[in-house]
Amino acid sequence: MELLHAIPFDQILIQTLNGLVSGMILALVASGLTLIFGIMDVVNFAHGEFLMLGAYIAVFTVLATHSFWLALIVASLGTGVIGALVYLTTLRPLLGRDPLTTILATFGLSLVLQNYALWQFGPVARKIPEPFGGSITLFYLDYPLYRLLIAALSAAIIGGFWLFLKFGTWGIWIRATTQDRVMAQAMGIPVPWVLAGVFAVGSAMAGASGVLFGPLVGVDHAMGFDWILRAFIVVVVGGMGSLGGSVLAAIFISLLEAYASLWVSPAQAGIASFIVLILTLLFRPTGLFVATPK
Amino acid sequence: MTHVAEASHPETAAKHGPLLKVEAIHSYYGKSHILHGVSLEVGRGEVVGLLGRNGVGKSTTLKAIAGLVHPSRGRVLFEGETVNGVPPHRLARAGISYVPEDRRIFPLLTVTENLRTGLDRRGVTASRKKELLEKAYGYFPVLSERRNQAGGTLSGGEQQMLAIARAMMLEPKIILLDEPTEGLMPRMVSQIRQIIDVLYRESVAVLLVEQNVPLTLAASRRVYFLEKGEVRHHAMASELRADDDVIHRYLGV
Repeated sequence: MELLHAIPFDQILIQTLNGLVSGMILALVASGLTLIFGIMDVVNFAHGEFLMLGAYIAVFTVLATHSFWLALIVASLGTGVIGALVYLTTLRPLLGRDPLTTILATFGLSLVLQNYALWQFGPVARKIPEPFGGSITLFYLDYPLYRLLIAALSAAIIGGFWLFLKFGTWGIWIRATTQDRVMAQAMGIPVPWVLAGVFAVGSAMAGASGVLFGPLVGVDHAMGFDWILRAFIVVVVGGMGSLGGSVLAAIFISLLEAYASLWVSPAQAGIASFIVLILTLLFRPTGLFVATPK
Repeated sequence: MTHVAEASHPETAAKHGPLLKVEAIHSYYGKSHILHGVSLEVGRGEVVGLLGRNGVGKSTTLKAIAGLVHPSRGRVLFEGETVNGVPPHRLARAGISYVPEDRRIFPLLTVTENLRTGLDRRGVTASRKKELLEKAYGYFPVLSERRNQAGGTLSGGEQQMLAIARAMMLEPKIILLDEPTEGLMPRMVSQIRQIIDVLYRESVAVLLVEQNVPLTLAASRRVYFLEKGEVRHHAMASELRADDDVIHRYLGV
């Protein structure tokens, strides 16, 4: 109790908000990752680089058009198209082989994309301007409105995608293909296109999260790396391939890290998520937020 | 898809030739040689049985027709066109529907969603989809009661019905049925028999792989006997019903 009394209430509140905001972005990054893993058993190590590419596309779109919203749309579509191309040229020929080959391929791709960005755009971080300033006052704290908007937008994108999965024809195709790829083909579902489409949508979601998060941290070639590590933890803790599990795990881990940084430095707070990861792998390797498998 | 040489009038060839023709297909699973040149034919709207002991390649034959296994030699002709190498989803849309031995219901999709996997095709109007769904629910009232239940929660017999209903959503010209009565209670077996009759009345051809000999002889017009990856015998079901010897020779029952 001594420990709790030492923390002012306003800090707890602001860390809760911070945790939710970064949790929603993390959920957006991890949804794409878990979706791709679920349907094609590919662990995409280059997912963070799609986030970075999305952010860079946004930097240049904003420079040209001065519109953040246009940049968000262009970057999402752009990373989606790049994702589809990468899938068709690099991953599709490797599907069905040893999982190690796709891991090495995506890891190599990640290095290529990072170094390409470093070569093209240099080491200096670029800035995406916030679409609007302003803040709300919580008690005596000023909390930037843009952060709240990020959380809301991420939630909207994930929610929209969930509805699409639940009710759309493509949604049923995606779920059927995830559950039984061979039977999906036998039912006339164009599985090769579904896989390419899912990779594109997953990449677009990573790109969108790069744009949304860009204004908070700055855009550089390595920005994807931090996210991807945490996104992997989320995907494992949430249960590989489970969308709902990933969203819950993202919020859970981000809140945990946010609260931990009340006591220790934010870098050390990252340890909290690794502890959760290790405990999950030890005691519930199928994931914390999925129904107990029978 | 390429037309066969003699099919200079593909329309005529398609109308007069058999719906499905399998020509001496060979297939390997890893290094083991499963099919040693299987040949068979199924006419339009014809129910044909495929009998044989376990492991003689009955399921592999069906998979090869559905495009899920690629024969290393030989041809599969559907409506007079060679379909080797055509992706399975295109074969499904062209009218070859496959009901696998283990049913393979999508376990987390609801009954209706399972049916929709075969319905959402180009060229199927909303009213036609509704009509097909209602027809399936008419044939299978049990499924209608469970339409919003996840496929994985159904009983074995219900899953078999769902698998067949799902295959019918493709409006197929032929259904490949792999051991539909396996593990079902006798009451369910007679229902499967009725379903095959329904398919026959709707002029859907059926290639039926079964262990249940009486059912196969009752439901089929012709029967092929498979042994060691080859067709060893072929007869009208009516002859076989009158003569047990053939059954004994090829199935050892």
